[in-house]
Amino acid sequence: MTATVTPAIVTPAGPVVEAAGRTITYRDAVREAIREALLRDDRAFLMGEDVGRYGGCYAVSKGLYDEFGPDRVRDTPLSESAFVGAGIGAALGGMRPIVEVMTVNFSLLALDQIVNNAATLRHMSGGQLGVPVVIRMATGAGRQLAAQHSHSLEGWYAHVPGLRVLAPATLEDARGMLWTALQDPDPVVIFEHVMLYNTEGTLDAGAGPVDIDRAAVRRSGRDVTLVTYGGSLPKTLAAAETLATEGISADVIDLRTLRPLDLGTILESVGRTRRAVVVDEGWLTGSLAAEVSARIMEGAFWSLDAPVARVCSAEVPIPYPRHLEQAALPQPAAIVAAAKAAVGLREGA
Amino acid sequence: MTTAIEPHHGAKPHLSRAHLLGLLRDMVRVRRFEERCAELYQQEKIRGFLHLCIGEEAVAAGVFRCLEPEDAVVSTYREHGHAILRGVSMDAVMAEMYGKREGCSRGRGGSMHLFDAATRFYGGNAIVAGGLPLAAGLALADRMRERRCITACFFGDGATAEGEFHETMNLAALWTLPVLFVCENNLYAMGTRLERVQSEPDLHAKAAAYRMASEAVDGMDAVAVEAAARRMTAAIRDGAGPQFLECRTYRFRAHSMFDPQLYRDKAEVEAWRHRDPIDRLAGWMRQTGALHDAELDGIRRDAEAEVERAVAFAEAGSWEPVEDLARDVYTREVRP
Ligand SMILES: Cc1ncc(C[n+]2csc(CCOP(=O)(O)OP(=O)(O)O)c2C)c(N)n1
Ligand SMILES: [Mg+2]
Repeated sequence: MTATVTPAIVTPAGPVVEAAGRTITYRDAVREAIREALLRDDRAFLMGEDVGRYGGCYAVSKGLYDEFGPDRVRDTPLSESAFVGAGIGAALGGMRPIVEVMTVNFSLLALDQIVNNAATLRHMSGGQLGVPVVIRMATGAGRQLAAQHSHSLEGWYAHVPGLRVLAPATLEDARGMLWTALQDPDPVVIFEHVMLYNTEGTLDAGAGPVDIDRAAVRRSGRDVTLVTYGGSLPKTLAAAETLATEGISADVIDLRTLRPLDLGTILESVGRTRRAVVVDEGWLTGSLAAEVSARIMEGAFWSLDAPVARVCSAEVPIPYPRHLEQAALPQPAAIVAAAKAAVGLREGA
Repeated sequence: MTTAIEPHHGAKPHLSRAHLLGLLRDMVRVRRFEERCAELYQQEKIRGFLHLCIGEEAVAAGVFRCLEPEDAVVSTYREHGHAILRGVSMDAVMAEMYGKREGCSRGRGGSMHLFDAATRFYGGNAIVAGGLPLAAGLALADRMRERRCITACFFGDGATAEGEFHETMNLAALWTLPVLFVCENNLYAMGTRLERVQSEPDLHAKAAAYRMASEAVDGMDAVAVEAAARRMTAAIRDGAGPQFLECRTYRFRAHSMFDPQLYRDKAEVEAWRHRDPIDRLAGWMRQTGALHDAELDGIRRDAEAEVERAVAFAEAGSWEPVEDLARDVYTREVRP
């Protein structure tokens, strides 16, 4: 980076994941990633509302306050614009802040700082300044928290040049992405889907540094490409499983990085399967799915056997009652139906 | 809403027995409603986030006595007491907690998003400090339409750290808008104690910095809250501009149902429980002969019955059909 303050510390290349093969939750994986960052880079610090003494509203930072103290695990007032902006400023000043915003709906109070400062400063200063901040937040629905706590606005952030946007969907990504993000000289926004925090599994033995430039193929198939990310990955994998029982084999691509998109992986897959369904918890209109779909159209139109389909959230503020909330969200059945329709078109052609 | 208070100069207002009984009844109704909600949450009848105001009832009891039917109210996610004392039907509030179609927000909002246009209850806002600018706007509309009503705006201590709080303070004071800002200072914003996140822990001093009349009262004392709110609402109606009432209170329960409360001592909670606003008013009334045990029992029984009727109403309610999911996103149906 070209910031005026040159960091004195040389940081090792990648995360050291101890005892891979353990059973942990997604929440634990995020916590371990933060802990490792705090241990290995003394420029790193965590700040946000209730991250310290309380342990985080989703209990992600539990125990870190006791281990690292109030300076490096810093409780902030309820002032999203000020503390996110302060994180951006601290990054300009040579620190490596990890700023936690409780949930994406609240990040709107800090949108000005993220879009007008973090995303612009490098370019607007003619390359003199850099903002190596990492901003993490929860996103998504599923806990019946209604219309001011449940939205999936990561697609908005992915609209903004100057930001890198990540959505870890697996334990390994939750564990490994933060470190890679901290090495990035530019601002990185990380979205953690609320329904993933409790998912439990065995941390892959090979877990380690995560490449944040590439999408990941989570399942291989021939007949249709299912493109998704974040909280929709488990649903999409479930749909792929159902499709398999009906003789349709699906490639499942986890975008992981929502900006910049790894087009190569997507186009390679669609080139083989000739059909694509994009699954995204954002609202249909102007969604990230719309962008992926347009890119497929631009890059693979002549390979397509069916129109690109999208499974997105219904265009409503997310309602409270469970049946309506679930009806508003992408579900495996809708993914299966979309994939079958795409495949069916070939048969009809 | 009429009142039996005769303002005395300086001292406590003279209160009729009926009036005090009314305050007590208000607090008991809210308390019982919320205790029942906690049980219903355990039974998974109520889901999502549930924030109880148990311990803080004196604030709403005192303030709502000073509002007229044409006044407006803006609240937070900790608003069951506000809605009920505003006069939103308890049946409709309980049905909303269940997410039923008969709820005051058609079931779409749940606990954090109670609305009722008929009583000018503008919600139920789950963005901390998100309601303050709305309150300024409602008051602006009333002023521009030359209506002599006011807007009561409730928010917590934590909200005073938000930019939206400060921007609204400035705007309301600058434009002398008819808003009563009611800060329910319960010392904690979720798990964070006031002093740890406020450079000026004396919250009403913040309003004073905007040249807004401000005052702090014992928020565990419904009579003291009402006396202050009455002075302030009268001043606002007389055109004195916005006023800021800080009520020092305490929530006896967790922030929400997911909070193990490791951030505060049991002893602290116990000490505040000794100042329970219901026991306090009841005790004071008993001492002065204004309350007999049988009366308090009667108030409790009535509240219990009202809450059980509300539960039965909610249980008997219906789920909104999924086909109506997109209804009310716009006035006219829009197909994207
Ligand atoms: C803008 C915003 N930031 C954070 C939150 C999460 N949150 C909900 S309630 C709360 C504490 C608010 O404290 P206070 O204003 O004192 O009100 P209280 O809950 O004590 O009544 C927080 C941090 C939110 N809802 N909105
Ligand atoms: Mg508070």
